[in-house]
Amino acid sequence: MSGPTGLSGLPKAPDHVEPAPEWGRLDARMLVVRPLHEIVGFVPVLVALLVFGTGDAWRVLLSLAVIVLLVLRGLFSWLTTRYRISESQVELHSGLLSRKRKAVPRDRIRTADLTAKFGHRLFGLSAIRIGTGQHAKGKADGLLLDAVPVPEAERLRVVLLQRGVGHREAAVETAPAEARSTAIATLHRSWLRFAPLSLSGLLSIGAVIGVLVNAANEVDVRISRMAAVKEVVRWARESSLVLVVAVAIAVVLVLAVLGSLLKYVLQYAGYRLTRQADGTVRVTRGLLTTRSVSIEEKRLRGVQVGEPMLLRAGHGAKVSAVTTGLGKEQGGSLLLPPAPRAEAHRVVAEVLRLPEPPTSAELTRHPRRALARRLVRAVGAAVLVEAALLLTVAAWDWPLVLPLAWLVALPAAAWLGVDRYRRLGHALTERYLVSRTGSLDTKTVALQRDGIIGWRIRRTWFQRRTGLMTVTATTAAGRGAYSVPDIGEADGVALALDAVPGLLRPFAEPVSPESRPTPS
Amino acid sequence: MTATELRLRTPRHRVSRKALLWWTLRAVLQCAGLIIVQVALLLFADLDLMRWTLPITAGLAVLYVAVMPQWRYRVHSWEFTELAVYTLTGWLSQEWRVAPASRIQTVDTNRGPLQQLLGLATVTVTTASAAGPLEIAGLDHDDAVRLVDELTETTQATRGDAT
Repeated sequence: MSGPTGLSGLPKAPDHVEPAPEWGRLDARMLVVRPLHEIVGFVPVLVALLVFGTGDAWRVLLSLAVIVLLVLRGLFSWLTTRYRISESQVELHSGLLSRKRKAVPRDRIRTADLTAKFGHRLFGLSAIRIGTGQHAKGKADGLLLDAVPVPEAERLRVVLLQRGVGHREAAVETAPAEARSTAIATLHRSWLRFAPLSLSGLLSIGAVIGVLVNAANEVDVRISRMAAVKEVVRWARESSLVLVVAVAIAVVLVLAVLGSLLKYVLQYAGYRLTRQADGTVRVTRGLLTTRSVSIEEKRLRGVQVGEPMLLRAGHGAKVSAVTTGLGKEQGGSLLLPPAPRAEAHRVVAEVLRLPEPPTSAELTRHPRRALARRLVRAVGAAVLVEAALLLTVAAWDWPLVLPLAWLVALPAAAWLGVDRYRRLGHALTERYLVSRTGSLDTKTVALQRDGIIGWRIRRTWFQRRTGLMTVTATTAAGRGAYSVPDIGEADGVALALDAVPGLLRPFAEPVSPESRPTPS
Repeated sequence: MTATELRLRTPRHRVSRKALLWWTLRAVLQCAGLIIVQVALLLFADLDLMRWTLPITAGLAVLYVAVMPQWRYRVHSWEFTELAVYTLTGWLSQEWRVAPASRIQTVDTNRGPLQQLLGLATVTVTTASAAGPLEIAGLDHDDAVRLVDELTETTQATRGDAT
């Protein structure tokens, strides 16, 4: 996109606001920090080498060579990376073999994400990622300065976002940023109870075990030969199946709970959601890796309340922002970690500056025919699996246990279909289009009606037969498209017409027998 | 809700009749590819399963080639005004798409080898949304060029930052 709108006609910003338009390097301490971060991944291997090492000189040499290479790479990347912030754009040059040049127009900057990993923090550094409103296909959005000293990062955030907000210079520069921020939400210790209600604990156990096994293989430690493991295997062989399964489940559960608690603390300790005087909403969080994401309020196109099934059962919810300028990278758009549902809705209302949160608005249910579609899908899939399992019994004499066990899944699938239907709903508030979908992962999206830049209205063959349609609003923010699935035809068209007046009206016609037949 | 029940109408313009031939040729090539793979597996790998799948594939292929292009041709249509671009595509599943002219970012044409042979082109209109490109496939090449010109003119008249 071209056209730096609003730049040309305006007076120059005062000099003291502007950073010098000279090429700067990243902080020299990155020479240590970058290799440090990369070596951390090798630590288990190195430790294992020293402890269990069979004196295999080759492996030790190889590891040392890898470390030397990493240090050299850090050196070259520091030597070749330069950045410059000029009147109109932020430029970043990097790379030795393939030179990369990136430039981001300053009036396109929508978000600033300050991430300081543990290594950064040891040296008082922070990486800053600048997000723009553009969707580069498959490429990281915006640009990353990894890393600069913390005060410099803070200064860059203020200077860069201020331009994006539109020249509200003077006031912002005079007082320190913290003074003019109002807190919207802060972490409460009791929220920890929501940590085990996410599956992230289970996933992290898997990841940790994977890393350990991998490291063990790397240094030729035969896990199956270790005394403790042998002991466990022997116990399992001698005990009854039920006991073994019960103990295994208990162990996994305990580990999952511990893992999820640890993860919650690591990610969300010190969580604070604030509104800054410069027109941004800011999320600060993290124990070892601290993260501070600033979102330009004007570009906030809505919010999403996530209630995965377990969290929903515990009356919890999490909130994320629907905005331009934040990549798909994990957790960037998070506004509220898993917390009580009431708190989630309060945060939504505060962030959107509304008296009532649109996400808790009364939702219109979808026609009963939508229930039939959910049931057919959920139960149909389960029945197909059952049929396949029965086939394996018939064809290859597989044990009958599998299809029998799967029978449990059929009522579960039916319940899931019903619950998916019960969750389904939409509403139109004064400024927001609200849509709720999903059961295992219920999501309620409130999308600003001004932010809708198009519609996709889809009817499959089955939907046409039952008079349903899926109405999808497209937007520049967040996932790019938000759907209202299986809404009645007349309601769907009315919803799209009402949500963005004027856009679809020229293409709508009254339903009457003599009107041109739509193709079927 | 609005007082009278409304529905979306079919956009005014159809695509080129030559698109029928294009979709047919494309379908024939795709089906031929599937069948050739299966024949090869039967002949060279002695996969007996193929004796079953081949006739089924062939039957479905004939049906697909006979039905899909006609059906598509009856559905595919497009229209644009100073305010918006409006398309309807698909056959079994059909989808209307609309994008306001003020939000259009790029207008491209592209032509695959088959389309070049037949003098056809596809016009793609993108907006700031990662999920919302509108495609008008199977336009007569001259019409496509004209459409792109007009669209570009319209979008330049209403220039925002399109996000």
